[in-house]
Amino acid sequence: MNLFDIIGPVMVGPSSSHTAGAVKIGYVARRLLGEKVVSADIGLYGSFLATGKGHGTDAALVAGILGMKMDDDNIPNSLKIAKEKGIKVRFGKADIKDAHPNSVEIKLVGENGRQLSIVGESVGGSLINIAKIDGLDANFSGDFPTLIVHNQDQPGHVAEVTGMLAEKSVNIATMQLYRANRGGNAVMVIECDQEVPEKYLEWLKNLDGVNKVTYYSLIEEGKNEF
Amino acid sequence: MSFKKLSEITAISEDKKIPFWQVILEDDMKERGVTREESMKTMGSMLDTITEADAKYDESIRSASGMAGGDGGKIETFRMKGNSLIDGFILEVIEKAVKMGESNACMKRIVAMPTAGSCGVIPAVLLTYIKHKNVERERIIEALYVAGGIGEVIATSASISGAEGGCQAEIGSAGAMAAGALAYLEGGGNEEIVHAAALTLKNMLGLTCDPVAGLVEVPCIKRNAAGAVNAVVYSQMAMAGVRSAIEPDEVIDSMNRIGRLLPSCLKETGQEGLAITKSAEKITERLSMSWQ
Ligand code: SF4
Repeated sequence: MNLFDIIGPVMVGPSSSHTAGAVKIGYVARRLLGEKVVSADIGLYGSFLATGKGHGTDAALVAGILGMKMDDDNIPNSLKIAKEKGIKVRFGKADIKDAHPNSVEIKLVGENGRQLSIVGESVGGSLINIAKIDGLDANFSGDFPTLIVHNQDQPGHVAEVTGMLAEKSVNIATMQLYRANRGGNAVMVIECDQEVPEKYLEWLKNLDGVNKVTYYSLIEEGKNEF
Repeated sequence: MSFKKLSEITAISEDKKIPFWQVILEDDMKERGVTREESMKTMGSMLDTITEADAKYDESIRSASGMAGGDGGKIETFRMKGNSLIDGFILEVIEKAVKMGESNACMKRIVAMPTAGSCGVIPAVLLTYIKHKNVERERIIEALYVAGGIGEVIATSASISGAEGGCQAEIGSAGAMAAGALAYLEGGGNEEIVHAAALTLKNMLGLTCDPVAGLVEVPCIKRNAAGAVNAVVYSQMAMAGVRSAIEPDEVIDSMNRIGRLLPSCLKETGQEGLAITKSAEKITERLSMSWQ
């Protein structure tokens, strides 16, 4: 928390958790997908489901999916804008259990057919946590450049990735490892202090045993999905 | 963010012989690795945003729930008639606080200071001050640092979240921040700043967070006026030389303990207080929505 978390942030109301946080979840989802969204399936949970309409959570999530930030005047018009752009948006009840009270499951399909599903949580103030990506645990805030590597659960991958980051002078802020089952699909979530060079992402993508590399960059127009 | 106590800020201020606001500025420069100009520019943009938000208030719009909107306009009309009981300054503070709270509820752009629910308190006091006093922009920005410093201490040592500490943590904190800022603008030093904040906070201790239908509307919007007026009242008292009998940092500690003791049914859960009244139930029923 810094001074401008107290005098700030600038945001469109009414609620930092149910509106500003929701915009941010949608925005991170859009950036993670890495291409224009053609359809969004949004499942709400807990307090998002119960009070979301009054807080404009629906408009906020869609605004984020359209690439808006939490201070965008157009947030209240996002549902209309999405319709004009021909983006299919569907709201419903999330099919998740025992989640954080302000949770949402977003399934996106992009213009090139790319798909992404996330579970996002608005955890207080306008802070968020992306709890799941494509069904696997994640946990990152969207406040750091974040590298998400889906790989086979085999020895050596973690060392390869961290070794390369060190070589590129990218400092690791946090790192988490998850796997569905031994030897199956695993995921590394690495929040970094610096941006990860694009070349390195290419290299990583081609590494044996790596299924998918997703990168969340803080640089606005960056290409971020491979 | 390094301050846990107001006394830490005032100690550095006395030590280095720099004003309260500058301690906060220098801390921000260190914390975020920015220059003095960058930090002050960001703070200036916060002032611009609240000024714009106030100017753009639209009394014709209503919130999605239909509960909020229009009251700021009513107060303005009443003030313009000129036969109110209280003077122009205070009435305008009330008006601006309500307007900002309504704008927030109606999905307009505001600055959370410290939260969206309490976004009207500090702007109401500062923008009214700008209108009534011949004050330089620089000084208002400095006053915002004062407010920010007080808010930081409260956030670190107690809470600025209604879900964690009840509404004393939101409207109460905003009031304390505004009071310190106002004391500074009126020429107060460290002593006046921290006591203005303490006196204001003391009168908001124990305030519950029981919003109707879980929305930041009832009682939040009108409560912004209470926080702002409180700030005016107690900053004036502090300027008159009145001091809090309880040390300002101890007031913040008390707020922290009270926040923990408040049952969760009174901390933004909608399970008690105003939120479960008959009137609230009617509103909630009307709102119970269907996601298509
Ligand atoms: S009642 Fe609760 S939601 Fe409303 S302003 Fe106070 S703390 Fe915020």
